[in-house]
Amino acid sequence: MPRRLAALLMVLVLVLFALPWLAGRYPLYLAMRILILSVFSLGFNLLFGYTGLLSFGQAGFYAVGAYGCAKILLAVPNLFLGLLGGVLAAGIAALLLGILSVRHTRIYIKMLTLAFGMMIFSIALKWRDFTGGDDGLVGIPRAPLEIPGLVSLSLATMERYYYVVLVVALLAIGAMYRLVRSPLGLTLQAIRDSESRAEFAGVPVQRYRLVSFTIAGLYAGVAGALLAPLEATITPPEAHWSTSAEPVLATLLGGAHIFGGPIVGAFLFFMIKDVIVRFTQYWLIWLGAIVVALVLGFRGGVASILFGRLLARRAARVR
Amino acid sequence: MSDLLTVSGLRKRFGEFTAINGVELTLPAGRLTAIIGPNGAGKTTLINLATGALTPDTGTIRFKGEAITHLATHDRVRKGLSRSFQIMNIFTRLTVLENVLLPVLARRGRTRVPFSRLEGEGEAVAEGERILREIGLQEHRDAPAGALSHGDQRLLELGIAVAPEPELCFLDEPSSGLTPVERATVLELVRRLARERQTTFVIVEHDMDVVFSLADWIVVMNRGQVLAEGTASQIRENRQVREVYLGEEVLA
Repeated sequence: MPRRLAALLMVLVLVLFALPWLAGRYPLYLAMRILILSVFSLGFNLLFGYTGLLSFGQAGFYAVGAYGCAKILLAVPNLFLGLLGGVLAAGIAALLLGILSVRHTRIYIKMLTLAFGMMIFSIALKWRDFTGGDDGLVGIPRAPLEIPGLVSLSLATMERYYYVVLVVALLAIGAMYRLVRSPLGLTLQAIRDSESRAEFAGVPVQRYRLVSFTIAGLYAGVAGALLAPLEATITPPEAHWSTSAEPVLATLLGGAHIFGGPIVGAFLFFMIKDVIVRFTQYWLIWLGAIVVALVLGFRGGVASILFGRLLARRAARVR
Repeated sequence: MSDLLTVSGLRKRFGEFTAINGVELTLPAGRLTAIIGPNGAGKTTLINLATGALTPDTGTIRFKGEAITHLATHDRVRKGLSRSFQIMNIFTRLTVLENVLLPVLARRGRTRVPFSRLEGEGEAVAEGERILREIGLQEHRDAPAGALSHGDQRLLELGIAVAPEPELCFLDEPSSGLTPVERATVLELVRRLARERQTTFVIVEHDMDVVFSLADWIVVMNRGQVLAEGTASQIRENRQVREVYLGEEVLA
C-alpha cells in the first residue's frame, strides 16, 4: 500500500474512533449503517470482483444473520452469543445453498440466489410464530456483550454500540484485506479470469467457489447480525431482493476492482440516499441513474477515480 | 519405453456427430508425439477426453497403468497430466509471475492458505521465477498477463502448462496465430523443455514442416479414428495418409 494512502487511512480510522465526540446521534447512526453495508458489500465483492460469481440473493444471508441474532437476543440477552449465532446461521445457509449452486455459473447462479433470497423473504413473512410475520421481531435488546472470564460490557448507550460495530467492521475489513492477498485470494482471482485454466492448473474450482460463496454468506451474516440490535426491529424487507441490490449498487458505485471500492460505495450509497431522499421518495431511481452513468462512464467506479493515481495500477503483490 | 497413457475403445458422440470413433492409442514416456489430421478429425476432443474436460461414452483411459477415465481434471493434473489450449487461455488480470505461481501453489497444496501473505510463499515464488527464466519472460514478471504480446502470451501458456511438473503434457496448437519468428521461438522452447524437464509432450499442430522436424512419432487422425502412426518417414511413405489427408504435393 502506498504511504500516502496508508496515512490517509490512519487518519480516517482515528476520526472514526473519535466520531462520538465529533458528531451527534444521526451521523453516528449513519456511520453504523455505512460500516454495516461496507462489510456486507466486501463479502459480496469477494464473490463478484474476486471470484467472478454474481449473486442476487445476498439479502437472504443478511436476513438469516439478522433474524438469528434477534432470536437469540430475545431469549438470551448476550450480544456475543447473538452475533456469533447469527453469523453461524448465515454461514451454514450459505454453505448449503453453495453446495447446490456453485456448479452453475452465469445466469443460473443469479437465478438460484435470487430465488433463495425470495424464499427467505417468504419464510420471514409467512412463518408468523417464529419470525413475527409482517410485524417482524420487535424490541430486540442491545444486550451487554459478555464473554465469560474475558469481558462484560454494557451497551445501553448508542455510543457504546457504535464501538462494537466499528471494531467488528474493522476486523472484518482487515481479515478480507489479508484474504484477497493470500494464496487463497490469488486462487479465487485465477478462477475469475479463467475457470478452465485454473482447473488445468490443478485447482478444484468448484470447491474454491464454495469457499468464496460461504465467506460471502458469513460477511452478509455479520452485517445482518450487527443490524438487529441497532434497529431494535427486524422485518421481512431485510430479505427482499431490493436489499440484495444494496451491496451490488455499493460495489458498482465504488468499484469492484479496487479492494476499498465497496467501502467507498457504501459511503456514497448513504450519502446519495440521504441527499436525494430530501427531494423525492423515489430516491432509488436517481441512485440507479447515477450507477448507470458511472458504469458506462467509469468502469472502475468512484474509488478508481479518487485513488487511481495513488494506486497507479494495483502494485504487484509479490515483491 | 514405459507406457504413460493408454487409450482403448474410446468413443464420444455430440448428438448426431461422432467425434471420436473407437480410438486405440498408446503414448510411451519420452517420445515427442505429434497428432495431425484435418479439421474435425477429433484431435482436440481426444485431448479433452484424456485430460478430463470431457467424459467418453465408452472406452477406458489409463495413465501409468491406472484407470483415470472418470477422474476429475484437477486430480489428473496432480497425477502428472497437463495441457495448453488452442484458444489463448491465461489469467489476464493476474501478473505474469502469478500466472505460473498458481499451478506451483496448487502442486504444493498451498492454494487453500487463507491469511498468509503471498510474499511469504518463498519457495513457490522462487520456483515461479525459475519458470519465468525458462520461458524468457522474467522481465515482464510484474506486468499484467493481458498486456503481453500475443507471442509472449503463448510462451506464458507453455509456462503454466509445465508448472505442475507434468510427466505428460498436451499442447493444442501452441503456435497458432504466431509470426514465423515467434513460432520458431515457441517450438524451440518446446524442444528445450522436453529435454530439460523430461516432460513427454504431445503436440497438435497444422504446420507440417514443424511436425516433421519436431516430432519423434506422428499420429494421423481422420474422422474420429487413428488412420496411421509412425515415424516421419513412415508417415511420408504411407499411401493412405497421402490420399486422405496430406495430398501428394505436400510431401513431394
